[in-house]
Amino acid sequence: MNSLLSVSNIAKNYGDRVGCHATSFDLWPGEVMAIVGESGSGKTTLLKCISGQMEASSGTLGYTKRDGSIVVLQELSEAERRFLMRTDWGFVHQDARDGLRMGVSAGANLGERLMALGGRHYGRIRSSAEDWLQRVEISTDRIDDSPWSYSGGMRQRLQIARNLVTAPRIIFMDEPTGGLDVSVQARLLDLMRGLVRNLGLAAVIVTHDLAVARLLSTRMMVMQGGNVVETGLTDQILEDPQAPYTQLLVSSILLV
Amino acid sequence: MSGPVYNFAYLNEQTKRMIRRAILKAVAIPGYQVPFAAREMPMPLGWGTGGVQVTAACLTQDDILKVIDQGADDTTNAVSIRKFFVKTAGIATTDVTDDATIIQTRHRIPETPLNENQILVYQVPIPEPLRFLEPRETETRKMHALEEYGVMHVKLYEDIARFGEIATAYDYPALVNDRYVFDPSPIPKFDNPKLNNSAALQLFGAGREKRIYAIPPHTKVKSLDFEDFPFSLPKWDKPCAICGSQTSYLDEIVMDDQGGRMFVCSDTDHCRKTQALK
Repeated sequence: MNSLLSVSNIAKNYGDRVGCHATSFDLWPGEVMAIVGESGSGKTTLLKCISGQMEASSGTLGYTKRDGSIVVLQELSEAERRFLMRTDWGFVHQDARDGLRMGVSAGANLGERLMALGGRHYGRIRSSAEDWLQRVEISTDRIDDSPWSYSGGMRQRLQIARNLVTAPRIIFMDEPTGGLDVSVQARLLDLMRGLVRNLGLAAVIVTHDLAVARLLSTRMMVMQGGNVVETGLTDQILEDPQAPYTQLLVSSILLV
Repeated sequence: MSGPVYNFAYLNEQTKRMIRRAILKAVAIPGYQVPFAAREMPMPLGWGTGGVQVTAACLTQDDILKVIDQGADDTTNAVSIRKFFVKTAGIATTDVTDDATIIQTRHRIPETPLNENQILVYQVPIPEPLRFLEPRETETRKMHALEEYGVMHVKLYEDIARFGEIATAYDYPALVNDRYVFDPSPIPKFDNPKLNNSAALQLFGAGREKRIYAIPPHTKVKSLDFEDFPFSLPKWDKPCAICGSQTSYLDEIVMDDQGGRMFVCSDTDHCRKTQALK
């Protein structure tokens, strides 16, 4: 079996400053990987580079397509790359307003990817939008409401659903629970765990919250100052951290 | 005292050459918005400066010009542009669609079918159909280049979700030659079918936005729609109150403050012709 996404030596510099040093890892189908670290440690930079939101300074990304062929993303034409990003990939922003089209209704947000792929049947687009609203636990009578009228947690769920309508294979999430209160976070995490498991999605989740990583991910990467300081299975890292920074991170969790 | 002496049709020859080059490119790539160095014209932006420049670049001594605004020959915009060309080019003008060789229009396509020897020039305020959905010009250009037009349907979806039908009544987006989605300027969607396979050359000029685009004669133009909500034309209950035409686009005119309404042809030339036939 090939890895779904093969990251090799991806690095990003902002002028003289280093965003993240050369990083390599493989993401396997159905695997959930968490990137944790303090703010400024380069985790979002790395996520943006591997998800095509930002161009990396060096390194390559290999992707195994649905037909089994392997492509190097940097060698694809822009049209092919954007097509992949619309169909096979999803990106969940920390602030739902960045990932949603705030000017149109929730239904239109959910249908956009379908229409981009050539969906031209209003009834089918709408029923698929209703289906997805239900799956993210939003009442279907809110379908014609603007995302502005949604609460923060609902917007985030809407954003996740909007990414999932085309049944992508990888979903990238940047602090998906940031900015939400704790009870809403818990519900969202529960929902995401269900979706990821049921759909067999691979996911890369950036978070500074170790609890999120523990709940969702199977594998974990700890970053500090643009470097990966430790990688391994989530449970293993959290139970038995090896790197000094990871030990500090784990010990800093407040136990209530 | 003698008045100022203008070059033929106001613009200097170099400028007209530049505009003609843009027009040729626009005709070669139907629906593609060609940037051009729009000049300042002696009228405010929004009064048809783009259309005027395209007309000026196309005019010859023998041309007969017709100018319409909302289908009428005698409204302010139409009158002032017609006078402008009479003064600066000394060409003949007409109200009769069949006699004209160049027709500059704001918001309508004449009801009378056009022929191969005519050019229809549109005044366009915002040439970019994706503008209200994507404010970045760099991004809309990329979307055109990569044919990423899904977002146009998001707008139509939103119409149906809100109003139960595609409520866009003018500026209705269409696909030219199976390639470019374009903005047909604020003509009513009633006129969209006339864009398709037209015998006349159709040129679109946007002065403020500095874009020219074109639909060559006999080019396919398809209005966007959904399979279960197909493109449809507006209908009126009554015929035109003056000429009795049942096929033309009608304007609603308020007659008094008692709620009196009259529906008459927006195309004055067509209305006159239908009356003469009776």
